[in-house]
Parts: sequence; C-alpha cells; structure tokens
Amino acid sequence: MKPAPFDYARPADWSAALALLAAGARPVAGGQSLGPMLNLRVATPEKLADLRHLPGYAGVTQQGGTIRIGAGTTHAAIEDGAVPGRLGAILAGVARRIAYRPVRNRGTIGGSLAHADPAADWVAVLPCFRGEAVVLGPAGERRVKLERFVTGMLATALSPEELLLAVELPALPEAARWGHWKFCRKPGEFSKATACVLAVPGEAPRAVLAALDAPPFVVADASALCAAPEAEAARLVAALDVADPWRAAIARTALRRAAEAAS
Amino acid sequence: MKRPISLTVNGRAETVLAEPRTHLAGLLREGLRLTGTHIGCEHGVCGACTVEVDGAPARACLLHAGAAEGASVRTVEGFDGDAVMTALREAFSAEHALQCGYCTPGMLVTARDIILRLPDADEARVREELAGNLCRCTGYRGIVRAILRVLAQRRG
Ligand SMILES: Cc1cc2nc3c(=O)[nH]c(=O)nc-3n(C[C@H](O)[C@H](O)[C@H](O)COP(=O)(O)OP(=O)(O)OC[C@H]3O[C@@H](n4cnc5c(N)ncnc54)[C@H](O)[C@@H]3O)c2cc1C
Ligand code: FES
Ligand code: FES
Repeated sequence: MKPAPFDYARPADWSAALALLAAGARPVAGGQSLGPMLNLRVATPEKLADLRHLPGYAGVTQQGGTIRIGAGTTHAAIEDGAVPGRLGAILAGVARRIAYRPVRNRGTIGGSLAHADPAADWVAVLPCFRGEAVVLGPAGERRVKLERFVTGMLATALSPEELLLAVELPALPEAARWGHWKFCRKPGEFSKATACVLAVPGEAPRAVLAALDAPPFVVADASALCAAPEAEAARLVAALDVADPWRAAIARTALRRAAEAAS
Repeated sequence: MKRPISLTVNGRAETVLAEPRTHLAGLLREGLRLTGTHIGCEHGVCGACTVEVDGAPARACLLHAGAAEGASVRTVEGFDGDAVMTALREAFSAEHALQCGYCTPGMLVTARDIILRLPDADEARVREELAGNLCRCTGYRGIVRAILRVLAQRRG
C-alpha cells in the first residue's frame, strides 16, 4: 500500500527539530519501522521531521569509562565495529542478527528504542548494561536509566515533544562474560523470546528476558541464575505468568542458554 | 502536494516531481521509468526493491521521496562496466539462479554487497545474508551457488 499524504521537513539544527515536534511533527530516523507503518497506514502523521541530518546525531564517542552511541548510529555501523572494545564486540554480535543488511544500513539504535517493539533486539539487550538514555526536550536534557526507558508495548519514557539523543553505556573489561539467545525461525525475523546475561568481574551478574509482548524483564542480580541456570530460569519464567505454554518453554530455554554461556 | 525532488540516479543528476509520501521505488519506476527495481511487499520484508543508496543496499520501499532528496542511488540498470556485477550476471545465468526474474534485481544488489563486504563468506554465511531477499521460484540453490562461484573466482 501507499502512505496517506504527509509533509516532510529536514531540520538543520536541534532547536528547529524540537520546534517541529512541538508543532506536532513525528520524528523519523532510518524509517525502517515507521516506513512500514506509513505504507500500511497504521501511522498517518501530518508531518515528518527527518533527524538524519542533525549534527552529531550518528557516531560513537568515549569519555573515560563511558561510551556514548548517538541515537542515529545505524545497526550496520555497530555490526561493523563502530563501538570500541569488549562492549563493541558484544553489540556487534547483537546488531548482526537484527533484520537484514539493507534494513541495518538505515535502521538506527535510537529509532529502535523509541519505537519500543517488545521483540526488538536493542530493546531486549540494552537494559542488561548499566546505562542511560540521553533525552532532549523543550526543558533541555534529561537522562533515563535504560531499564526504565521502555515502559510497555510501543511505549517509552519519551513525551511526544522529546527526542532520544544518545545512549550511554559503561565500557566493559575484556573479562566480561556475555550470553545471548534469540529465538526466531529464520535469520532476521523478530524474536519470539530473547534472553541475555552479562557477568562483569566484581559486579553482580545481570540478566534480561524479553520479547514476551511486555517490557523487558530485568534481573538486577542474576547470581542465582548463573549458579543454577535450569532451575532458576524455570522459577523466573513461572513467576512471569506467560500465558502461552510454548512461549514460556522457549523463554525458559533462552534464559538457561544465555546463563550457561555467560557462566 | 508534489514538489521537485533532486537526487543522483545511476550517476546522473535528476529532478522528479513527487509527493513526499512517494517511496523511492515508486519514484524510480513511475517518475524515471526505471522499472528494473521491483516492488513486492512494500514493508521491507521481501527484498525485491533493494537498491544501492549512498553506496549501501537499502529498501527502496521504505525510503520516502523527502528523505531521498540529495541521495545517490544506483539501481540494477546502473551497474554497466562493474566487474563484480558482470561476474554475477554470468554466474546467475550459468547456475540457473533465476526463473521469473522478479527477485533478481534485489538479489543482484544484495549479492554484490555480500561479495564486496564478506570476501571470505562460506555457504552458511551466504544463506544467512540472503535471508532478506525472498525468491518464490528457484529454491535458492542456484542463487547461493552463483554467489559462491563469484566469491571463489575472486579468491583466485
Ligand atoms: C523487514 C524488517 C525486519 C526487521 N527485523 C528486526 C529484528 O529482527 N529486530 C529488530 O530489533 N528490529 C527489526 N526491524 C526494525 C528495525 O530494527 C528498525 O530499524 C528500527 O526498529 C527502527 O529504527 P529507525 O531508525 O528505522 O526508526 P524509524 O522507523 O525512523 O522510527 C521508529 C519510531 O521511533 C521514532 N523515533 C525515531 N528516532 C527517534 C528519536 N531519536 N527520538 C524520538 N523518537 C524517535 C519515530 O517517530 C518512530 O515512531 C525490522 C525492520 C524491517 C523492515
Ligand atoms: S517491496 Fe521493498 S522489501 Fe518488499
Ligand atoms: S526467480 Fe522468480 S522470484 Fe526469484
């Protein structure tokens, strides 16, 4: 199908972008989630504000122990190693399994988080890191912990007048262990259950279970899961009350496999 | 409202009158009569519309005219004299990598990207990378073999 008519603007700076949003425009980045919604007429905005040309929107910088990934950084750039160090290697492995390369060439980490599909890969994985989303709004910048950014199905902590600027994540030591399991039947499909476990020496391991039609479920101290993956995965999933027994089964398996890989 | 959209297509500067909601695939086919770019699903899944945008493969059905302003686009019509594409065309023919040809323009753009970006790809990797281009005729074997053939030729 073809989209309903809309107008298009390309703001040159951030204040122009915020002014467009205040006047009701919908932001667009890679268009890889919004594009299908426009074509299917699930979304019918009057005006789009294209963020792609804003200064500093894409790109990765490191300051001390913090790595800042601009919201406009594409999945493909992350797959190709834009993020340095151990964190970069982990994120590259996640990025490679998002959709297909032509989609990854345009789709952005910020667009993915802002869209907040519970099955999306960045939505599932980013809460595992002790990081923050940097948000720009009419009142200036504010920060939101990544585990609180996605609040529901297609719902986030952003107001319609705010933009996601970047995500900031702690750099990781080479010894950090990582387990990640994404269940999908064909490469590039949206996940049916995703789990990840991050174990940084000297810190409590963390785990996330996601893609269950609900916001990601964060286990802030996953020590028990790492010590007894099978039993603890079963206990955690049982407590989540997943309606579909098949879904519950693959969620348990994803969590167990991620924990085993990180232990 | 239609407005002039300026972009580079296959090396030529073009200005096309289009509504912002027109997608690049429609703009190429209807505005420029470049019908080599095919349209299947119009939501990013099938890969038939895959073209090169600013040097990298992209879905032409998900890039709307406004966002395409200023872009440099290369379609299946724009690879004359490109060594990898020439080798791919021969290999697609030799390996029976097409039947109806509907998926072929997108397949060729994706295949060329695989060859240039992943020169060491094995069969499993080629299949993984092809997951975003659907073919309803060939069963993929010929396509995979054609890509592996060009990879092998280039490794010498
Ligand atoms: C065929 C196909 C398969 C896919 N498979 C997967 C998959 O397996 N896993 C996966 O995770 N994703 C998948 N995706 C989605 C893809 O990852 C998208 O790129 C991503 O979800 C959205 O990023 P974008 O930059 O394209 O955002 P857009 O589509 O441009 O925007 C998405 C939403 O976010 C808003 N937005 C964008 N940027 C900002 C910002 N900076 N601040 C505030 N709001 C903003 C927009 O208004 C819109 O509502 C798939 C997409 C396609 C087409
Ligand atoms: S028509 Fe663009 S991906 Fe199917
Ligand atoms: S050759 Fe017919 S769809 Fe691929």
